[in-house]
Amino acid sequence: MLYAPLPMHIPDGFLSVLVSLVLWAATILVVGYSLRRVGQDLGERQAPLMGVLAAAIFAGQMLNFTVAGGTSGHLMGAAIATILLGPWAAILVLTTVVGVQALVFQDGGLLVLGANIFNMGIVGVAVSYFVYRTFQRLANGKPWGIFVGGFIAAWASIFIAALAVALQLAFSGTSPANIALPAMGGIHALIGLGEGLITVGALAFLYATRRDLVTAGEGQVKASSAVWVAGLLIALALAIASPLASAHPDGLEWVAEQRGFLDAAREPLYNVIPDYVLPGIANESLATILAGILGALIVFFIALGVAYTRRKRGTAS
Amino acid sequence: MHIHFLDPFIAGQSAIHRLDPRVKFVLAVAFILTAALTPSGAWPVYVLLFALAMGVIVLSELGVGFVFRRAVLALPFVLAALPVIFTLPGVPLFSLSLGSWGLTATADGVERFVSIALKSWISVQIAIVLSSSTPFPELMVAMRAARVPRLLVSIFGLMWRYLFVLADEAMRLLRARSARSGATGLPGMKVGGSISWRGRVAGGMAGNLFLRAIERSDRIYVAMLSRGYDGEVRDLPLPPLRALHWLVLICGVALLGMLAIFGFLFYG
Repeated sequence: MLYAPLPMHIPDGFLSVLVSLVLWAATILVVGYSLRRVGQDLGERQAPLMGVLAAAIFAGQMLNFTVAGGTSGHLMGAAIATILLGPWAAILVLTTVVGVQALVFQDGGLLVLGANIFNMGIVGVAVSYFVYRTFQRLANGKPWGIFVGGFIAAWASIFIAALAVALQLAFSGTSPANIALPAMGGIHALIGLGEGLITVGALAFLYATRRDLVTAGEGQVKASSAVWVAGLLIALALAIASPLASAHPDGLEWVAEQRGFLDAAREPLYNVIPDYVLPGIANESLATILAGILGALIVFFIALGVAYTRRKRGTAS
Repeated sequence: MHIHFLDPFIAGQSAIHRLDPRVKFVLAVAFILTAALTPSGAWPVYVLLFALAMGVIVLSELGVGFVFRRAVLALPFVLAALPVIFTLPGVPLFSLSLGSWGLTATADGVERFVSIALKSWISVQIAIVLSSSTPFPELMVAMRAARVPRLLVSIFGLMWRYLFVLADEAMRLLRARSARSGATGLPGMKVGGSISWRGRVAGGMAGNLFLRAIERSDRIYVAMLSRGYDGEVRDLPLPPLRALHWLVLICGVALLGMLAIFGFLFYG
């Protein structure tokens, strides 16, 4: 219950270091820019509003409703945050939520935190914003734009973010594209319906009680065509790349080439010590066994030391 | 019912608890980076990394069972890597036939899969030790030392402060819903109307929660203003690292660097 149930928080070990670092770089750039933008828009109100809303999104992820067969619908919150706060503030709120989930609750890894913030914060928010704004313009101020737009924005934020996760796994060589993409996409196309229902429910409640938040909220005032275009591009890129990559897993061949390139770069390093595993050890399984013995000894002596200091502390007090 | 059980921090006096949070944070990230850099199939390196993680768990006096139980939470994601067993080209190991479907597992695929699972399992253990032995304010010190923008750190701090308040509110909402819709907890009892109705109710609760949060943030802002807040985040300068902690930091990074190089040289 305390953990976001979406299989979308990538743990450590599932992304290659290259992919993790590239996404960290992208995330740092976007979050840094968002901090500046939100600072201009909200001024000193920023810290309390963002902090408390991040807590609300985190707590809101506990709210669930039963669907069928023991499964339940939950909230991720990218769409509702975008609709209420506008894209830049929503990115900060989701960065905080995903960051605390990783730092404190191990919901998602630390090295891959950049990727997780990118998927849920940046991709989720940009796509929500693009869909929601588009429907707002189509509806031309009529309320159906809020609800239909909100539902589809919430669904798309989950679905597209899941495609991003699957592509990153494929690039890392962790999961083959032709399986990961349909699987992640299919599951999240269903999960997204739950997100959509909750988002519409929340919007309906807010529309009835505080219409000003929904119709004149920060998301409306601070219209940003750059984010709209970014959302369009992200959605298009992932929607086009995904079927391509899953139909032709060989299309990821250039990644393999990159891997080959990295291996080649590593070759001279390896040649420094040719045919030579460890001083005096020629066998790989022997090396593993030795490592095991060494490791067991380390742990044994640490345990001994801890037990000793504990006893000393016990007698001292 | 209060939700303080949310906080994973467990008070203690162990060597790991007393280590400077900045050193702990850097070493945890370096450890996870080393695990991520280790090529698949470099078993001796994995064994040594695991031994290192075990050593840290023992030193932290949190209990091996506790850390292992919590580490299981990260395992379901392993499913995402399962197909790699069958799709990576290599020496065939065994075949499964599901009706007309045939799947052939390869040795390379199994090696890759086991490596990914091990990496993620060992990494999550270290992350658990970090969060269970470091109270949140100390994690914020580590974030500041890692040059996270001050404003973002203070947003994190406020979020942590009000997380428990709002999680309590969310639980009150859930309790009120179960009271009104007669949830019995008995299997087979249907609760509430159609799916879309249930979704709307949950959504109403979420909207309610957001509304309360926005209004609460207004009150907090006013309270902050009346105490002299001017938009500037001020905090005490970070204390210098003690020599012993420097030593731990340098030795730890050197050790992990050696393990990473070892993995690269012999298995890369």
